[in-house]
Amino acid sequence: MPKRFLAIWFPYLSVDNVLKKSPDLRDKPFVLCAAEQGKMIIKAVSTRARKEGINVGDVLTSARAILPEVASFQDDPITTQRVLNALAEWCLRFSPIVAVTSPDCLLLDISGCTHLWGDERSYIESLKHRLAREGYQIRAAIADTIGAAWALARYSSSPLPIVEPTKHAEALGLLPPVALRIAPATVLRMQKLGFKHIGQFMNIPRSSLRRRFGEDLLQRLHQALGNYPEVITPIKPAAPYEQRLPCLEPICTATGIAIALQNLLEELCARLQKEGKGLRSGIFKGHRIDGNIQQIHIGTNKASHNVAHLFKLFELKIPTIEPALGIELFVLEASIVEDIQDAQETLWGAPSAYSKIAELLDNIAGKVGLCAIRRYLPAAQHWPERSIKTAHSLQEAPSIPWSNNLNRPIHLLSKPEPIKVTVPLPDYPPILFIHKKKVYKLTKADGPERIEQEWWIEDGEARDYYRVEDDQGARYWLFRLGQYGQGEPQWFLHGFFA
Amino acid sequence: MVGIEKKEIIKKLQQEILSLEGFKSATTDLQQEDIGFQLMADAFPRHTFPKGTIHEFISQTAACATAVSGFVSSILSILMNNDTPCLWISTKRSLFPAGLGYFGVQPDKIIFIDITKDKEALWVMEQALKCSALSAVVAELSEVSFTESQRLQLAVEKSQVTGFLHRRKPRRENTLACTARWKITPLASYTENGLPGVGFPLWEVNLEKIRGGKPRKWALGWRDNKFISIAAEQAPQQRTLKKQAVCLNVS
Repeated sequence: MPKRFLAIWFPYLSVDNVLKKSPDLRDKPFVLCAAEQGKMIIKAVSTRARKEGINVGDVLTSARAILPEVASFQDDPITTQRVLNALAEWCLRFSPIVAVTSPDCLLLDISGCTHLWGDERSYIESLKHRLAREGYQIRAAIADTIGAAWALARYSSSPLPIVEPTKHAEALGLLPPVALRIAPATVLRMQKLGFKHIGQFMNIPRSSLRRRFGEDLLQRLHQALGNYPEVITPIKPAAPYEQRLPCLEPICTATGIAIALQNLLEELCARLQKEGKGLRSGIFKGHRIDGNIQQIHIGTNKASHNVAHLFKLFELKIPTIEPALGIELFVLEASIVEDIQDAQETLWGAPSAYSKIAELLDNIAGKVGLCAIRRYLPAAQHWPERSIKTAHSLQEAPSIPWSNNLNRPIHLLSKPEPIKVTVPLPDYPPILFIHKKKVYKLTKADGPERIEQEWWIEDGEARDYYRVEDDQGARYWLFRLGQYGQGEPQWFLHGFFA
Repeated sequence: MVGIEKKEIIKKLQQEILSLEGFKSATTDLQQEDIGFQLMADAFPRHTFPKGTIHEFISQTAACATAVSGFVSSILSILMNNDTPCLWISTKRSLFPAGLGYFGVQPDKIIFIDITKDKEALWVMEQALKCSALSAVVAELSEVSFTESQRLQLAVEKSQVTGFLHRRKPRRENTLACTARWKITPLASYTENGLPGVGFPLWEVNLEKIRGGKPRKWALGWRDNKFISIAAEQAPQQRTLKKQAVCLNVS
């Protein structure tokens, strides 16, 4: 697959930062400056000040001479860098591979990402729009190589440069040599020699270029053209709740693993507690000496930062870890974290009934699996199999009331079982039925209760349900599928009444 | 005079024996009326339904198992009166939550645990019985040994949760360390004035064993969220369907 790269340039990143913090400066002239060689050199200029003729690199005093009311602030490159890193993490929503190139550019490997937004144009516009809403002005370009994208973002004259695949050489040819990310001295020398565009020297033999301008220019030029490889180092978003425990000596006993787990849990839970959060799902990993990673996983029914409880859940699974030659690094990661709601109740030291039950269920889920635990809520449907639905959480309350009459059985067969019946008249309840070769004589009956299929869910015949009682006193729920006179109806046993 | 003194001493000794047997001393319980169980009070020790212990139910047929489910749900509705949840552990569950409404149970307050093995069901039950936040724990399984039932009894003594052990078609009705053994069989349903149709449920409740009480038999039904008693002679005549049938349709 051909590679595609997106370069995002923030031309006024530090100015945008200041404006985000104090929006009232929006229409005022101001500059950001830093002390350099005993002078205050201007590092960034606001839009208004730029219009007045103040440029980056000027001395603050000369700017004041042009415009006496210009405000000046200290430039803060560290904060700017931090903001750029945060923006890079935010950009992960657009591509999994995002890199930061100092001081004010982001590079995204967007191969195979853009179709999710339609095409490259709508992709880039969506990104631009979202950043503009946040108050950041950007210039972005898409090309086949990192160098070309970077150069086009900064020096292209078109407002939204998107270079078609394999056309980047032509686009590069129109740009000035400074777009090649080369040392200022080389740029100066090229200017002196009259090279105004990259196209002018793109096809000069390599040996001549190397002799005059050095290896660096050649490398940059061919990286931009795609002849030399270039890689980007993507940022790695840290798992937000993660604790690591490196060991001096490799650990290979269950006791050792338990101690490591206890330590990590205490650290993690202390942090979770401070932030009012609880763990819903956690992974405990052991990095072995031979490079293998052993891991155990737990989930809880309710967010918890109780060390003892979480330890108990993990403890059940410690025997599945194979330490082999030893584990040298333990990592505990909280993959799902939620806010804890009833933090107030733990004030008195007694956990509430709810959290006690949640802990019990976690314990059970650890042994027999989460899918074994079910809770049901009524569903607004008449078809018996669909009249209940499983609840998703322990606190979910029913949206409609449960019926409290006697017309639903207490035991329901998951699959209705076919029976043979004797019916005196077509619409009368049966007087006996045969199930598994046993004859049941019926003495009492109620019904029929007709339940139609919900046609928007499934097609099928209606069921006529009868509540019947046999001579032994046992009560059954039978139904007839279909009607006499319209084909041959079938009878089924579907449930038992208490 | 001497007779009264003797009675006092015997009463005291009985109390002592009961507390030694694991019934938590509850002088307050004595005064408190045992709401919901008045009909059966005669059989129970101190005239109160023994909570915080294990009750055993045995059913040999599907009809009996259904009757047990109905009877246990009725008891649950009394035990869960302030909406404390309960656990229903089952190895082959066919209980239909929507059918519990009649017995006064909020089906969404029941947490179902469906597992395949008796051993796991017992493990879950033991864990659950230790959790005092539950009102009751019901387990449906087939085989339990005496030792396993002792473990359950030990778990229950601390937490005071009531446990119901429903043994379906056990191979052998071996003795268990349970406070009570019940057998429930369905009786013909009761309709007022012999109206046609199926009426409200009626069971023959057979309390075979009860520690510190007197085993008894009742015919009990459940109606309007309480137990009702139908004396045997009042039991309705078994009415057959009106035999208007002229032609018999065999399908």
